[in-house]
Amino acid sequence: MNLLWLVPTFPLAGFLILCATEGKLPKVVTACIGAGSVGLSAIVAALVGWEFVTSDSTSCSQVLWTWMVVGDFNVSISLYLDYLALVMVGVITGVGFLIHLYATGYMWDEEGYSRFFAYMNLFVFAMLLLVLGDSLLLLFLGWEGVGLCSYLLIGFFHTDPENGYAARKAFVVTRVGDTALILGLFLLFREVGTLDIQQSLDGARNIWPDGSTMNSAIALLLLGGAIGKSAQVPLQTWLPDAMAGPTPVSALIHAATMVTAGVYLIARMQDLYLLSETATLCVAVVGLVTLFIASFTALVQSDIKRVLAFSTMSQIGYMFFALGVGAWSAAIFHLMTHAFFKALLFLASGSVILALHHEQDMYKMGGLWRKLPIPFWSMFIGSAALAALPFTSGFVSKDAILLTAAHSETLGMTFWGVAVAAAFMTSLYTVRMMYLTFFGETKTEPHDKSKANMWLPLIVLSALSIGGGWLGFTVLQTLFGDKGVHFELHLKELVAIATMCVPLLGVLVGCVLFATKVFDRKKLSDSALGKAVGRFWFVGWGFDKVYDTLIVNPFRWLARVNKSDAVDYLFRFTTLVARIFHNLLTVSQNGRLRWYALTMFSGLLFVLIVVALI
Amino acid sequence: MMDAAGGIPLEHVIWFAITLFLIGVVGILIRRNVIFILLSLELMMNAAAVVFIAAGAFHDQADGQVMFMFILALAAAEVAVALGLVVQLARRFKTLDIDAASEMTG
Repeated sequence: MNLLWLVPTFPLAGFLILCATEGKLPKVVTACIGAGSVGLSAIVAALVGWEFVTSDSTSCSQVLWTWMVVGDFNVSISLYLDYLALVMVGVITGVGFLIHLYATGYMWDEEGYSRFFAYMNLFVFAMLLLVLGDSLLLLFLGWEGVGLCSYLLIGFFHTDPENGYAARKAFVVTRVGDTALILGLFLLFREVGTLDIQQSLDGARNIWPDGSTMNSAIALLLLGGAIGKSAQVPLQTWLPDAMAGPTPVSALIHAATMVTAGVYLIARMQDLYLLSETATLCVAVVGLVTLFIASFTALVQSDIKRVLAFSTMSQIGYMFFALGVGAWSAAIFHLMTHAFFKALLFLASGSVILALHHEQDMYKMGGLWRKLPIPFWSMFIGSAALAALPFTSGFVSKDAILLTAAHSETLGMTFWGVAVAAAFMTSLYTVRMMYLTFFGETKTEPHDKSKANMWLPLIVLSALSIGGGWLGFTVLQTLFGDKGVHFELHLKELVAIATMCVPLLGVLVGCVLFATKVFDRKKLSDSALGKAVGRFWFVGWGFDKVYDTLIVNPFRWLARVNKSDAVDYLFRFTTLVARIFHNLLTVSQNGRLRWYALTMFSGLLFVLIVVALI
Repeated sequence: MMDAAGGIPLEHVIWFAITLFLIGVVGILIRRNVIFILLSLELMMNAAAVVFIAAGAFHDQADGQVMFMFILALAAAEVAVALGLVVQLARRFKTLDIDAASEMTG
C-alpha cells in the first residue's frame, strides 16, 4: 500500500523529463520514457491492487503532505484507494499503457513526438490524481488537469486552425460543466464543512437523512460537471469534434481518461445520489437521452472516428443510465469493458487510417479485411463487444445494466424499452461501420506499416474485450457488495431473452440492410423524408446549430459590436482625471525661483492667517 | 507695555523686525539680480535675529543672544556658499539674472 504514491508519480516524472529535455532526446528514448512511465505505473498499480485485494481492508488512504490550512479548512494531498478507485486505476494505467505503446508506433512520423508523449503522460497523471484524490479539491485539480490535457491533445496538430477550434470547443463546453461542478463543491462545503470525500458523504447522510432540496441541488450540480466531462446531452457537442486529435488521443480520451471521469464522479458520490430520488432520475434520463440520440447519429456518419465518437457517447450514456437506475457495479463494470473494447476499436481504426494514409472517410474504404488482417480481426472483436454479442465482455456488462433497469421501481419497463431499442441501433451502426470499412469493393489500396508495438496492444486488447467480461462481474459485484442497489436475477424470462436477442437481431438486420441487395437502402436515403432525417441525424440532432444560433453567434456579434469594450471607458476616465491633474500641477513646476518663493510666502501667509483666525 | 532693552518697547522692536522681514521678502520677489536676492535674504535673517535679541532682553536671559550667534554663523556660511554659486552662475550664463537659470521646468 505504501507504493500507492508511485502510481501517479511515474507519469508525472515522464512528463517532467520530456518537458525538460525539450524534444532533444532521440525518438527511441522518448518512446521508452513516454510509454515506459505509464507501464511502470501499471506494474505498481497491479502490485498495489494485489496487496489490496488480498488484504481484508475495504479502503486505505495515504497522506502525502498538507496542501493548505486556512482556519478550520484543511486540505491534504492524500490518496485514497478502494475498489472503485482500484478498478479505475487499473483501467487508466493498463489500457493507458497499451495506448501509449501503440502511439509509439502510430506517431513515429509525426512532428512533436516528444511533446505528444509529454501531454499524454500529463493526461494519465491528471486522471490518476482525479480517481485517487481523497478530497474533492484534489479531485477537482485532476479534473481540470484532464480538461487542460484534452485541450492540448485535441489541438495537437496545431497548424490547422480547425483543430484549434475543436480544442477550444472541447475546453469551453466542458468548462460549462466544470462551473456547475465547482458551484456544487462550494455548496457542499458550505453545508457539510469539509471537502474530504468520505467525511462529506458521512456528513451528507447525517444532515439529510431523508434527502432534501439542498442535497438534490448539490447532486444535480455535480451531475452538471459529470455531463460536461462525459459528453452527455446537452453538453455532448465537443466529443465528435474532439476527433481532430491523433487517434491514440481519441482512444485515451474515450477509453481510459476524460469521459469516464463523469461516471467516476457520480459513482464516487453515490451516497449523495442515493439520498435524492430527483437527482438519480435525472442521471438515468440524461444517460438514456444521450444513448438514444447518439446511436441514431452514429448510424449516418461517414467518418469512421466520428462513428466511434458517437458510440462512446451512447456507451457512456449506458453507464449514466446504469448509475441512475441503481446498477452501480454494473455501471463501473461497463466502464471497464468499454475501456477495453473502445480502446481496441480506436487503435484498430487508427491502424486502418494509417494504412490508408490518413483517410478517415468510410465511403473511401472497403474490402480491407484480407489486406489488413490484424486490424480487421481486432475491429471485429471490438465491434462484437460494442454490439454486445454473446460471449464478449460488452455482452456481460450491457446485459447487467439492462436487466437491472428492467427491475428498477420507477419507469422500469419504459427505461428498459428505450435502452434495448438503442442497443438494437448500436448493433446496426456497428455492422454498417464494419461493412463499409472492411467489406465490399476495395476503394483505396492500404499500405500496412504497423510493427509489433502497434499490433501487440491490439491483440492484448482483443483478448481483454472477450475475456474481460468473465474476469469480472461476479468479482466486481462482491467487491462493491454492500453499496448500492442489488439486482436479483429472478426475472421474467421474456425480458432476459429479449435483452439477449436484440443485439443479434440488430446484427442480422444490419447484414441484410448493408451487405445484401435484398433491401434498397439507396431508395430510402434518397427519398425526401430519408434525406431530411439523415441530415438531421448526421449533424447530431442539430445541437451544434442551436448552440451556434443561441450562444456562439450572439456572443461573436457582441464581441464585434463591443470591440472597444464599454467597460474600458470607466477605466479610461480614471486615467483621464489623473492626466488632467498632472497637467495642472506641471504648470506650477516652471523652474522660476521667484515664483517658488512667492508660493512659499503665500503658503506661509495662508497658514498664519488660518492660525490667527482659529 | 514692557521694555525690551534701553527703554525701547518690545512691540516696537517686533514691528521693526516685521518691516525688515517684509522688505527682504519683497526684495526676493521683485529683484532679478541674484546679488540683491542674497542681500534680501540677509535682511530677512537679521530681522529674525533682532527678534531673538529683543526677546532675550525682555526675558532677561542669554538664550536670545546665543541664538543670534548661531544665526550669525549661519549667515556667514550661507554667504560663503551663495557667493560661490553666484560666481558659477555668472560663468555659465554670463549674467546675474536669476530667471535665466530657470532650466528645471516641469
